[in-house]
Amino acid sequence: MTAFALPMASNDGGFVPPTISDTHLPDIFPWMADYGTGFGKQMVMIILSVILIVWFFKAAIRNPKLVPGRVQFFAEGFYAFARNTVGRDIMGEKNFRPWVPLLFSVFLFVLLNNLFGAIPFLQLPSFSHAGSAYAIALIIYFTWISVGVKKYGIRYFKLAVVPTGVPGWILPLLVPLEIISNFIVRPLTHSLRLMATMLAGHMIVALAGSGAAYLITEQDSILLNATGVAVIAGSVAMYGLELLIMVLQAFVFTLLTAIYIQGSLEADAH
Amino acid sequence: MITAEVILAASEGANPLIPNWWEILVTAVAFAVLLFVVKKFVAPTFEKSYTDRVEAIEGGIEKAEEAQAEANALLEQYKAQLMDARTEANGIREAARSEGANILADLKAKAAEESARITAQAQVQIEAERVAAVNSLRNEVGTLATSLASKIVGEALDNDARSNRVVDRFLADLENQANAGVTK
Repeated sequence: MTAFALPMASNDGGFVPPTISDTHLPDIFPWMADYGTGFGKQMVMIILSVILIVWFFKAAIRNPKLVPGRVQFFAEGFYAFARNTVGRDIMGEKNFRPWVPLLFSVFLFVLLNNLFGAIPFLQLPSFSHAGSAYAIALIIYFTWISVGVKKYGIRYFKLAVVPTGVPGWILPLLVPLEIISNFIVRPLTHSLRLMATMLAGHMIVALAGSGAAYLITEQDSILLNATGVAVIAGSVAMYGLELLIMVLQAFVFTLLTAIYIQGSLEADAH
Repeated sequence: MITAEVILAASEGANPLIPNWWEILVTAVAFAVLLFVVKKFVAPTFEKSYTDRVEAIEGGIEKAEEAQAEANALLEQYKAQLMDARTEANGIREAARSEGANILADLKAKAAEESARITAQAQVQIEAERVAAVNSLRNEVGTLATSLASKIVGEALDNDARSNRVVDRFLADLENQANAGVTK
């Protein structure tokens, strides 16, 4: 909304595209630091997501039935997805059980926060903000490292970075590569993949919205106004694509979480 | 309301990779709370209802299998009984048939014996009666023939010798005839 107000507010008549900063919506406590650094809408949405998830699932399982009702069935669908499709299929029958709550939480947390980008008036995927993506990726980063250390002790780091079955002379080359890929690149890609797709989607929708608004309200030519309507129609398709990406990224993020933890649990197997 | 100038000013230094520390803090705490609630309340309930359902379904299947097995056993039993009954009926039928045949053969034999006996008896009786008849006939015919011949011939038969000769010849002829009849 503020993003759409931006081009309309620019009085020189030129189109000003939305910028990264437009994804930072108004600070709630204005006395906190500068714009985009305080406690803003994005953080309210994060808290809202937790409240919504907890509320929904508490309601869905308040009175669990053997033959589930519609709401319980819907809720169980999410749980079964995190439990069976992600947990059991990736981590195996032996290991997956203790990790189901984590996978379930990660999946719903990311999914709902992504979908906030598709809900009018909220219209901001929480994970388009790097801080949130870093935070959740870091939690998982420390989780899988501690899983490995707990299971194998300090030997875990050797298992994680020294590949077995390769000739010794190549190890000086491989070990630094493994260190970089496992302990530096992995958490970065884990977080940035989510953050970048959400940010890009959000920027596309914002750009289409502000562009359409500019074409329709700031231009006198009827032809350009009509183009603005076409942009809105096109943005609906982009919105559909965004929706798909939001769900897909939540799935990918959860899947990678499972794969990383599985990798730590079975560090001696490869 | 934030003015465009503020936004534009802020946008110049904005780098999407630099996090707002508030975001990290809020996200981490919020996720921790979510994880806690899920681990403490949501997941156990789901697992429990999942286990309950598996048990219920497996119990149902087990019960159905039991009933099926029972029905199969009953069916086998019925089939065996039916088979027994059929075999028994066949046996009875076979026994009845052979008994009937025996009775029939017995009766036939008895009848044949009886008829043979009756025939033999009749023949003996007929033979006896024939012999008696021949004997009495011979006497009577002799007498009759003599008297008849006397009547016809009258006084001509005074000559006894001649008369005896005629009677003897007649009787011999008769005898020959009778013998021929017996042997016939």
